[in-house]
Amino acid sequence: MRAPMLKVDRLCKSFNSLKVSNSVSFSVSQGEALGIIGPNGAGKSTLFNLITGNLRPDSGRIELMDMGDVTGMPPMQRCIAGVGRSFQIPQPFDELTVFENLLVAAAHGRGLSEHDACDKCGEILEQTELMTVANQRAGGLRLLQRKRLELARAMATGPKLLLLDEIAGGLTECESASLVATIRAIHKGGATLIWIEHVLHALNSVVERLMVLDFGRVIGIGAPFDMMNSEAVKTVYLGIEA
Amino acid sequence: MNYLDTVVQGVLLGGLYALFAAGLSLVFGIMRLVNLAHGDLIVLAAYLLLITASVLGLSPFVAAAAVAPLMFGIGWLLQRHVLGRTLGADILPPLLVTFGLSIALQNALLQGFSADSRRLNSGALATASIDLGPVSVGVLPLLTFASAIVVIIALNQLFYRTELGRAFRATSDDADTARLMGIQPQRIFSGATAIAMLVVTIAALYLGTRANFDPSIGPARLIYAFEAVIIGGLGSLWGTLAGGITIGLAQTIGAAINPEWQILSGHIAFLLVLLLKPRGLFPRAFD
Repeated sequence: MRAPMLKVDRLCKSFNSLKVSNSVSFSVSQGEALGIIGPNGAGKSTLFNLITGNLRPDSGRIELMDMGDVTGMPPMQRCIAGVGRSFQIPQPFDELTVFENLLVAAAHGRGLSEHDACDKCGEILEQTELMTVANQRAGGLRLLQRKRLELARAMATGPKLLLLDEIAGGLTECESASLVATIRAIHKGGATLIWIEHVLHALNSVVERLMVLDFGRVIGIGAPFDMMNSEAVKTVYLGIEA
Repeated sequence: MNYLDTVVQGVLLGGLYALFAAGLSLVFGIMRLVNLAHGDLIVLAAYLLLITASVLGLSPFVAAAAVAPLMFGIGWLLQRHVLGRTLGADILPPLLVTFGLSIALQNALLQGFSADSRRLNSGALATASIDLGPVSVGVLPLLTFASAIVVIIALNQLFYRTELGRAFRATSDDADTARLMGIQPQRIFSGATAIAMLVVTIAALYLGTRANFDPSIGPARLIYAFEAVIIGGLGSLWGTLAGGITIGLAQTIGAAINPEWQILSGHIAFLLVLLLKPRGLFPRAFD
């Protein structure tokens, strides 16, 4: 049994009377890739916001490996502690170049010196196939490149745990396949991933386990094949009558 | 009337206006905060220079080296404890607070220094000039203009060549995302205001050595600064210099035609630019 990278224990969060996170518990081992699926409004992005600290839970605990309980820690410190995140809608710093976007993340997110940050960001540009646009203004990128930048910038913060929020959404089949190949390579390199995605075949080609959320509850967690064939998932997520 | 002389004086005066504007532009650019007390902070710095220079018997240029760190600290504390609290989705609180600060500063200066107009004594430098063929140029206006250029180069270097500058630009772009990258926007903002106060000190030095000042002149300097920033196009420091020069030129040409037209012509030039190029002379390529 590998050590858990992240342990989420009975996490609850409500917006008024709406329970967007209803006693969610799960853990992710070091080096594992966990996929999260669920219908719109199931609380997937909220769960990410709770893990990054952008939202505070009403109750429950979040533990990070080496850090212990981080439930009350602000987002900035969690970033430094090793939680990196890509957004569903890419939010690069438009006015900065692609390379500068990574430099900011590397310098502040993991406290690298200018020189080390340059080296590290160069590597990440190679890995994420952004080298050719390194000196372009991020605001002018096409969607696939923006998604790649989202991924690259999250990696530049030096995450132990990488959260990907619908990174393949909105891409063509071909674009999605090339991005998935990049993500698979990153995962093979030892990164721990939690990945929210609607594009199931993309997700299932990378993750080892799948967690299904509905109305803020975990309705199943296990091997992707088992999950896709479970009656509960078919009913709730795929809308197929059992 | 010597046209060439008028033009040279106008351009050099533009350097002073660019110095007024650079600090304002810096703060607005990074945190979208319109500091209505900017002019009064320049006047405050001028009085600090006056005290330091007269108490220690120093040249105002040497006194500036002592006042600059003081203003840096004032800027940091002001942002940390006052202005930072007003920032948010609503643009009204910062306007109200800096407006209040402007009034408070003016009255505090009035209380402390009376309404008498004062001047920084720069000794022989005040009247020194260089003969350049057809025109004779004052050393002080030349120094002012050169300082404006040095300040703009330094700020551009800071912005585009340093880690701090990247953090400034990233925070300006999206403070929430910057926070996720491990940046503390509050510290970035405090640093920006503190640096703006260094520029304010330089502006105050030339404001005070060039002409008389009294506690009430801040708001007019703020207007010149605003006009320079807007004429130049938001976000471009070289544009701000061009804006300063536009106002400086308009003022000296106006004054050459009729001394009563000096201030008015500056404002008319501003209105003309707004009318013809509402986004300024050098808008940033991307918005």
